[in-house]
Amino acid sequence: MKVLVPVKRVLDYNVKPRVKADGTGVDLANVKMSMNPFDEIAVEEAIRLKEKGVVTEIVVVSIGEPKAQDTLRTALAMGADRAILVTSETKVEPLGVAKLLKAIADEEQPSLVILGKQAIDDDNNQTGQMLAALTGWGQGTFASKVEVADGAVTVTREVDGGAETETFTLPAIVTTDLRLNEPRYASLPNIMKAKAKPLATKTAADYGVDVAPRLTTLKVEEPSKRSAGVKVASVDELVDKLKVLGVLG
Amino acid sequence: MKTLVLVEHDGHAIKDATLPTVTAAAKLGDVTLLVVGENVSGVAEAAAKIAGATKVLVADDAALAHMLAENVAPLVASTMAGYDAFLVPGTTNGKNIAPRVAALLDVAMISDILSVEGADTFTRPIYAGNAIATVQTKDAKLVLSVRGTAFEKAAAEGGSATTEPVSGATDAGVSRYVGSEIATSARPELTSAKIIVSGGRALQSGENFTQLIEPLADKLGAGVGASRAAVDAGYVPNDYQVGQTGKIVAPEVYIAIGISGAIQHLAGMKDSKVIIAINKDEDAPIFQVADVGLVGDLFTILPELTSKL
Ligand SMILES: Cc1cc2nc3c(=O)[nH]c(=O)nc-3n(C[C@H](O)[C@H](O)[C@H](O)COP(=O)(O)OP(=O)(O)OC[C@H]3O[C@@H](n4cnc5c(N)ncnc54)[C@H](O)[C@@H]3O)c2cc1C
Ligand SMILES: Nc1ncnc2c1ncn2[C@@H]1O[C@H](COP(=O)(O)O)[C@@H](O)[C@H]1O
Repeated sequence: MKVLVPVKRVLDYNVKPRVKADGTGVDLANVKMSMNPFDEIAVEEAIRLKEKGVVTEIVVVSIGEPKAQDTLRTALAMGADRAILVTSETKVEPLGVAKLLKAIADEEQPSLVILGKQAIDDDNNQTGQMLAALTGWGQGTFASKVEVADGAVTVTREVDGGAETETFTLPAIVTTDLRLNEPRYASLPNIMKAKAKPLATKTAADYGVDVAPRLTTLKVEEPSKRSAGVKVASVDELVDKLKVLGVLG
Repeated sequence: MKTLVLVEHDGHAIKDATLPTVTAAAKLGDVTLLVVGENVSGVAEAAAKIAGATKVLVADDAALAHMLAENVAPLVASTMAGYDAFLVPGTTNGKNIAPRVAALLDVAMISDILSVEGADTFTRPIYAGNAIATVQTKDAKLVLSVRGTAFEKAAAEGGSATTEPVSGATDAGVSRYVGSEIATSARPELTSAKIIVSGGRALQSGENFTQLIEPLADKLGAGVGASRAAVDAGYVPNDYQVGQTGKIVAPEVYIAIGISGAIQHLAGMKDSKVIIAINKDEDAPIFQVADVGLVGDLFTILPELTSKL
């Protein structure tokens, strides 16, 4: 069976985001960009399913600037087989991404689409669920365990109070949570080999999908800052502070 | 504007996360509550008492047990024919269902709203709360999830809404509930606790959580939280995690113990009223947001602190 894994290029999670002075967004010039951490987990899960003999082909997809190619090459170096880059001049919102992924799914006929649960730039947590709506497939969101057997995928999901297990008929959508697995690093030889793997470049127009944004960002601001308070020197002083704050009875 | 609010419940009781969502909806217009599930008449009765709601719609059907998104979303989408906005609490359940509804309605969804700036304009956190975006939608209908810490809770009592059944639920036939492991604890839930005692990687083991963090939490009547590092290391279950990808909390007092203060952790707790940090590294980033800091070894500080309270 085939697996489709959408991967997004985002500001590296170790970089502290800086709001641009003109209030139009977060500064992405000359900062380290990486694959969204949840998408690394999605790629890793697909590779593990391939290593188990469940999956035969892993196709990775990214939508965005031409530079998203680097992210796709990283996924290929980890072990994906083939990549599709859909370039877009403008930012594509989750609904637009889901519509493009639906068009790609129609073409590729995957049994499983594994996405990240959220992209750590816009923190939307929407795309997988939207793709599931458009395809009519089941959605195993926030997965901490994934098992494929007998034409179905059983997903343990991280929910507020603990964990919940559900089974979905294939084809299905899975979105990854952090504890699903520990992604591998691409080895140097694999990075070299990835350069020869196929990468197709498309545009949104090729799929006849309208990805015009529905939202307008009016401004982006820094959150109100907390200032550092005081340091106390002993437990007794801390207890006094707690009393002043009314924490103690 | 007519708004529809998804009631968060466990089959018996309404979850607190519903209440700030009602407050957000009331800023947009008239509030109808939607109770979805199987055998939920008790929940519906409780929902009718929430102040600020005029109507409660009850979709009670075997296909809706366990809130499977595949079955719930089409029902919500068809109900939305009579409404302008659908709001869900920013819980895992809300986040599972709302985007599926938005896509069925062919509208954008706005996640985790912090404020209502106008009928089509909202603020929301991006980049783990390191930036706040003001966004406006062009779509005819709104689908929103609500950051519970950003709105006051509506009163759980005092309302007298009318109740109406909603029919038409079907099983989409693509998903099946297998089981769940829901932790039960006598402690206050993290998202509604007034005080939270949170431990990090420095605790070194689950036993140390039990022996050092819990007695302190007991003394304070506090909820217990953790950093992702502590959860990943298996010291505590995953639903203890506070942060960008865990729970978002804003208690009166948050006590961070042996937690460095990575941006992903701060994203979940920096709106707490008072932050107290105990860390042996005086340069730990957590001290940059802490109102009160104590530099030292938690293994000596915690027993002393607990005994002196
Ligand atoms: C996509 C993504 C999402 C994430 N989401 C979250 C999230 O939701 N929540 C979250 O918490 N993290 C999250 N993280 C992880 C985050 O980046 C940090 O790795 C994590 O918060 C670190 O946990 P910690 O502070 O317990 O551990 P560390 O960073 O290792 O800090 C331990 C601290 O304990 C102190 N210490 C050690 N020994 C003692 C002692 N004896 N006494 C006192 N102090 C001591 C040290 O000085 C240090 O400051 C996420 C990461 C990624 C990539
Ligand atoms: N532009 C994109 N290109 C490829 N995948 C994406 C893109 N945007 C979102 N995704 C996928 O959808 C997941 C959830 O993203 P979001 O809904 O934006 O938080 C991500 O983890 C990716 O797997």
